Amino acid sequence: MIRFDQVRKRYPGSDEILRGVSFEIAEGELVLLTGQSGAGKSTLLKLMAAIERPTSGTVLIGNQNISKLRPAVIPYLRRKFGLVFQDHKLLYDRNCFENVALPLYINGVTGNDAAKRIRAALDKVGLLNKEKAMPITLSGGEQQRLAIARAVVSRPSILIADEPTGNLDESYAGEIMALFNAFQQVGVTVIVATHDVNTISQSPHRALHLSQGLLEVQITEFAS
Amino acid sequence: MKHRLNQHVQAIRLVLARMRRSLSSTLMICSVIGVALCLPAMLYVAVDNVSRATELLQGDAQISLFLKQDIAKSAATALGEQLRRHPSVSEVRFVDRDTAWREFRSGLATDHPASSLEQNPLPDAYFVKLKQTDPESVSSLQKEMQAWDGVELAQADASWIKRLYALLQLGKQAVLALAILLAFALTVIIANTIRLQIMTQREEIEVSKLIGATDQFIRRPFLYAGMLYGGGGGLAALLLLYAGIVSFNRSVAELALLYGSDFHLHTQWANLSLVLVGTAVIIGWLASYFAVGRSLAKLQQAG
Repeated sequence: MIRFDQVRKRYPGSDEILRGVSFEIAEGELVLLTGQSGAGKSTLLKLMAAIERPTSGTVLIGNQNISKLRPAVIPYLRRKFGLVFQDHKLLYDRNCFENVALPLYINGVTGNDAAKRIRAALDKVGLLNKEKAMPITLSGGEQQRLAIARAVVSRPSILIADEPTGNLDESYAGEIMALFNAFQQVGVTVIVATHDVNTISQSPHRALHLSQGLLEVQITEFAS
Repeated sequence: MKHRLNQHVQAIRLVLARMRRSLSSTLMICSVIGVALCLPAMLYVAVDNVSRATELLQGDAQISLFLKQDIAKSAATALGEQLRRHPSVSEVRFVDRDTAWREFRSGLATDHPASSLEQNPLPDAYFVKLKQTDPESVSSLQKEMQAWDGVELAQADASWIKRLYALLQLGKQAVLALAILLAFALTVIIANTIRLQIMTQREEIEVSKLIGATDQFIRRPFLYAGMLYGGGGGLAALLLLYAGIVSFNRSVAELALLYGSDFHLHTQWANLSLVLVGTAVIIGWLASYFAVGRSLAKLQQAG
């Protein structure tokens, strides 16, 4: 599903952030991406979602080499992904329903069809009763769940979350991880970047550990 | 097909909703565009009507043919026939030298030096009214008749027509120049408005791009916004123009009445509205296309 082969990435005027990273993620897997802040987790996720291109090496997403894609087809590739951003990137000028509606509108789904799917997504994250609320009135955990609802509403095959539990207290973090587990169980490939030790230690899933731009240890796989 | 149509309907709905939310500023922009469009349109109507009025005045463009003193009676009659047969001539009046002399002398005081002349100095003359009244054909006819045998002098009183034509030509050029300048101004106004809107929706655009929106998807509502601003401005211009013409027409009709004419300002509304609104819509589209293109390129760099 996702394959990185000797991937290097450096931004102009900075040190190399990724220094030759290779790994593979199978379809339907849930993988944790761990490492300290600044280890290159966000960069790796951006490469996965074709937001950035590698300086060298290849990134294959479902057999498509993203370095070789024309810019015009990248939007269509991105629609395969559900993205949960570190800073939510919610739109604060509209209510929860309209926030979740955005990916569907981009896909050209509107009307009743869209409304049904939006409510289903809100229901899944437990925010169905807040569809008219503005995001600013939600708690941190609720905002995070809203971001997840937006990421999954167009039923992506890959869900990528960057520090989804970053600023949440433990019980909220557990709830969120439970959500990701649920998505994996229905066949979605899930990649979660985190530096939260609790999350990592409690997870039965494979973890990729990044340190100073290198994939340091492949922590052993627990039975899942 | 249905999917594509749906995308456009969705974009238009979005734009209309945004415009309704900021109704006063939308109306303001439309009226600014309206005023800008109205100026060249008014000038055009003025020039168009002046040129129509001159056509009415030129109904009596004529050439005076003065014949040679020693011309034979038969030759003069033959010339008259030739004139009547000429395709550009509508009316011919002959004044023989004796009649002209009598008329001339009757108008003079008895002690005028000319009344003491023994001999008649005047020639026979034809006064010719023409079908075509534009300066080029008048002066070419004049040249043609001047070359005829027996004609001493062919005189066309065309110089004032020429001047008027030149002035009208100048007016038409002024309309064009003003239209081009204001089209440029409109482009800037609309592009700037769209640019400001893009800035306020920057977050939405960024997020949309991240989750797979194509450039067309992002551009579409702004293109419709530009076209709607243009169209609204065009309609505002038509309203202003209509109000202007109605109020002017009253004074114009009064003035025309003094000259015994029923002249009034006349406009081809169908054509004018089509051109005005059509141009405004096209300018709106172009301006927002530029604005969005530039902003998207900037976002691309930043992201």
